[in-house]
Amino acid sequence: MRPGDLLGFAFAALSGHRLRTGLSVAGVAVGISAVVALTALGEGARQYVVQEFTSLGSNLVIVMPGRVETTGAMPYGGVTHDLTIEDAVAIEQRVAGVVRTAPVSVATETVRFGDRGRSVPIIGTSADYRFVRQLQVAAGRFLPEGSSHLAGNEIVLGTKVARELFVGTSPLGKIVRVGPYRFRVVGVLAPKGRSLGFDFDDLVFIPVRTGMRIFNRSSLFRILVETSSTAELAPVRRRVLALLRERHRADDVTVVTQDAVLDAFSSILAVLTLALVGIASVSLAVAGVGIMNVMLVSVAERRPEIGLLKAVGATDRQVLAAFLTEAVVLSSAGGLLGLLAGLGAIRAFVRIYPTFPASPPPWAVAAALGVSVLVGAVFGVVPARRATRLDPVAALTRR
Amino acid sequence: MIRLEEVWRIYRVGESEVQALKGVSLEIRRGEHLSLMGPSGSGKSTLMHILGCLDRPTRGRYLFEGRDVGTLSDEERSLLRQREIGFVFQFFHLLPRLDALGNVELPMLFAGIPRGERRRRAREALDAVGLSDRLDHRPDQLSGGQRQRVAIARAVVMEPSLLLADEPTGNLDRSSAGEVMELLEALNRAGRTLVVVTHDPEVASRAPRVVRMSDGELLEEEG
Ligand SMILES: Nc1ncnc2c1ncn2[C@@H]1O[C@H](COP(=O)(O)OP(=O)(O)OP(=O)(O)O)[C@@H](O)[C@H]1O
Ligand SMILES: [Mg+2]
Repeated sequence: MRPGDLLGFAFAALSGHRLRTGLSVAGVAVGISAVVALTALGEGARQYVVQEFTSLGSNLVIVMPGRVETTGAMPYGGVTHDLTIEDAVAIEQRVAGVVRTAPVSVATETVRFGDRGRSVPIIGTSADYRFVRQLQVAAGRFLPEGSSHLAGNEIVLGTKVARELFVGTSPLGKIVRVGPYRFRVVGVLAPKGRSLGFDFDDLVFIPVRTGMRIFNRSSLFRILVETSSTAELAPVRRRVLALLRERHRADDVTVVTQDAVLDAFSSILAVLTLALVGIASVSLAVAGVGIMNVMLVSVAERRPEIGLLKAVGATDRQVLAAFLTEAVVLSSAGGLLGLLAGLGAIRAFVRIYPTFPASPPPWAVAAALGVSVLVGAVFGVVPARRATRLDPVAALTRR
Repeated sequence: MIRLEEVWRIYRVGESEVQALKGVSLEIRRGEHLSLMGPSGSGKSTLMHILGCLDRPTRGRYLFEGRDVGTLSDEERSLLRQREIGFVFQFFHLLPRLDALGNVELPMLFAGIPRGERRRRAREALDAVGLSDRLDHRPDQLSGGQRQRVAIARAVVMEPSLLLADEPTGNLDRSSAGEVMELLEALNRAGRTLVVVTHDPEVASRAPRVVRMSDGELLEEEG
């Protein structure tokens, strides 16, 4: 029997029962569209996070005080050494593969201008922070370069802070107050928006030494280290650890690479995606059972037909092929329809949330179609074998 | 061409046995026209199914053109049915979703004959049974006599050497029955062996050879 004839025979048989056929097709379509849509969303979430990370600077190594791992006893009775600006300078000057570093100290405080005030995160850092985090300045300039300026009274405002405190007028050169301290506005950032839940428009920057003094901090919150290349991330991490061990005489810092954090996020989201797909696959299994059920009913109804096919010389293999083809046509029609529905849903979603890069990965599209064919082939076997086993005499005479 | 040697067909029904055929021996020559009569339950259909290779004897031998059908595989028997045997049934057994052409094409579909040739041969076969104006009618748009003629076209479209008809007129009125019998007899005159099972003595008497069955045994031959 020719493949085209097999398909033609299947189509004719299926078109005889439009409602039944439509329902089985719809069952598979729901499952496949769910799989396609969910993988697209999961993959979109992953890519979104990757984008966010890279927009916050690539090739980053982050140094934090204290150890996250609790293995091994801490020397000096568990006391951790302060992470200092001198540490940051040492890393920049002495560790190979480092382009620049930015020390970071953070506190939340109210910034006041006249009778207006706004409570925002205040980042104490250096001029290089701007390059590490890839920030753009809209007016004026960022914090001044050079170590002598780390204790100055300059302040750079996020765009939202500038807007709220200065409503229409230029903040450049004006004096704002943070607690009892006075700062001179030297620049305003360009809008950057939220990245990883952190609003870069709603914060201010001051020199790091000044920040540590007015917040009464002896240790930095972070040191951001930018490496010359992605390949340098791991070696720089090792060198930074060695340097700080030497300076502190202890392993009392935690050093993570940006890509390690990214990898962790990425793999969490990949697992999440798989879990979603797993749940959606359950609906595919249900659809498969639906197809099996419909095909079993069909075989029972068409006993005389099966007997006749055998009488006119259809071999057992041809009967098997004919009924398997019907099941596969049902399921792959559902697969195709589900794929279109899923892609349509994703397109609609992206229209509503244009920043979310939701699109199903090619492997998911291929897998969806492959799985839909497979569903028919697997769940069609039992009914098709039942048709094959039918005794032609019994099938023809019992009417 | 056909030889049955001491053919038994025994059905098992739970604990008991039904002996549908009890040692039937029969020889049918090539091109012969034979009627098979007998009361209900005497084993006529059972014998037909064995002749048509749809069923196998429980005991005994069935030789078709010298080949022992009992030793053939399922696939070989399918191919034998496809090429050498045409069936006509009392209840037509047309596929309701296919039109006359589609029904006649069916055997050729499984024989792997290309579409163009299938169309042509199905058309010719329907033409030969006088239905060239009903090619695209589905069975529910045809009369009983017309349906049986479609079934006859389907039975001969593969050019079989043996035609088996189990009460082909059982569901038809007198005039349709006459037409159907004339068609079958014409096919017989063209060289095909024809075996017709019937209850109707008038139909039976049209055959030069009439075989009677009773309770699974062949009674006598007349003619
Ligand atoms: N599948 C079966 N299982 C058990 N017994 C069967 C089976 N098929 C037929 N028989 C029995 O075999 C005997 C012969 O049946 P068969 O159908 O050959 O009779 P028939 O001569 O064709 O009768 P009718 O004229 O009514 O068609 C009957 O007694 C019937 O009950
Ligand atoms: Mg009968």
